[in-house]
Amino acid sequence: MAEKKIKLVRTDENVYEVGILALQGDFELHTKALKKAGQEALLIKTADELKRIKRLIIPGGESTTMNKLIDIYNMRQPLLEFGKKKPVWGTCAGLVMLSKDAGDKRVQPFGLIDIDSVRNAYGRQIHSFSKKSKISLNGRSEAIELVFIRAPKITRSGKQVQILAELDGEAVMARQGNILVSAFHPELSDSTMIHEYFLKM
Amino acid sequence: MNNSDNYKIKVGLAEMLKGGVIMDVTTPDQAKIAEDSGAVAVMALEKVPADIRKEGGVARMAAIEVIERIKEVVSIPVMAKVRIGHFAEAQMLEAMEVDFIDESEVLTPADDKYHIDKWNFKVPFVCGCRNLGEALRRISEGAAMIRTKGEAGSGNIIEAVRHMRMVMGHIRSLQNMSPEELKSEAREMEVDLEIVQKTAELGKLLVPNFAAGGIATPADASLMMQLGAESVFVGSGIFKSEDPAVRAKAIVQATTHYKDPKVLIEVSRHLAGAMKGLDIGKIPEDELLQIR
Repeated sequence: MAEKKIKLVRTDENVYEVGILALQGDFELHTKALKKAGQEALLIKTADELKRIKRLIIPGGESTTMNKLIDIYNMRQPLLEFGKKKPVWGTCAGLVMLSKDAGDKRVQPFGLIDIDSVRNAYGRQIHSFSKKSKISLNGRSEAIELVFIRAPKITRSGKQVQILAELDGEAVMARQGNILVSAFHPELSDSTMIHEYFLKM
Repeated sequence: MNNSDNYKIKVGLAEMLKGGVIMDVTTPDQAKIAEDSGAVAVMALEKVPADIRKEGGVARMAAIEVIERIKEVVSIPVMAKVRIGHFAEAQMLEAMEVDFIDESEVLTPADDKYHIDKWNFKVPFVCGCRNLGEALRRISEGAAMIRTKGEAGSGNIIEAVRHMRMVMGHIRSLQNMSPEELKSEAREMEVDLEIVQKTAELGKLLVPNFAAGGIATPADASLMMQLGAESVFVGSGIFKSEDPAVRAKAIVQATTHYKDPKVLIEVSRHLAGAMKGLDIGKIPEDELLQIR
């Protein structure tokens, strides 16, 4: 249960391969997916805890809520510094937070990857969907169920940005250096290929 | 998409709301305050439960205009309530593209035998429960999220605590049962054995389990999270208090940092009066919302 995991992070001082921003959202499913990929994750709720991880996942959830809590707990600058040096992967709301411009004054994104995003670009929950699609990373290919939940879209991507997956001709997963983004939720699928890819970044 | 893909998407939205606060709102202004305070979703209502309780009469789905205006002003998911069993109200909310439907005992029930068959809908449902049997029956009917019933509009946490303890305690006892004991449990709760086995295996409900009913302070939110809730609904507790915006923000922070009493102290400092609240024992039994 999530209870025990949190206790663990506050009492030991080990350095973890990976942490998950746990202010709000589906950090629990990322924890499970990482475990399946053989990696124990640290849940991150404070700036201090960032010092104990080598890479970070910003999960899905509500970007307006995360944005608020990041500011209240003075995590904006530490997160920005972290993302300049270390691997960060944003899924769904996490993609919005990492983009340059989200076109919405309710969220101030970090601008760590040269893409623009639009929140809830497919519409309300009734338009959420999933679709199986073949994804190829590091020479490995798998048909993965791409789950889009009130998902954002990438509306512009700069020259330095590598598009890693498309759906109906639109970019849904991209990377620039140490920053990875996906509009869908790999943690909701059975495959751990993308989690394994991120662990090697 | 087949039914199981669709269910995954419905439960998926509930997963995204974890660690957050869902706030009852009755006007676009309140909805904006909720969003600005960090709510993960709002519940669009005509009256908060405390007023429904006070005014009596039949409580129904909110007016179309109220829901539409609230949908217009916020970017976070919008939920709305329907009466238990009232699938026509639910069909209307689905057609209005509300993000989540609460089949709620806070409204006057429309059917005393059947809950809505939630598998027929593409929009996800949340349902209340007082114990594990109710939770598993609602999940069997297709609910994508479960919440405690608590005693809505009372400002008193005792019923939500009781219901959360009933659910979590019962799951813990299932985990120590033999296969034939699980079979008998399934019969008693009137659900399939498979869902009982899976719940025992997982050690928690198969869908996110949130707390609702009577949460009025940051400490209440922390208490429910520590008892096993994965998010909290706050109904009358915010907009029936003297300082809705400050209190809303405080409860949001308490839900994220529920294990950190120092955060709870910080956010609870200088909070003006909480809603007054009711002694559950003094509510006449036929006015209790949770028994619906």
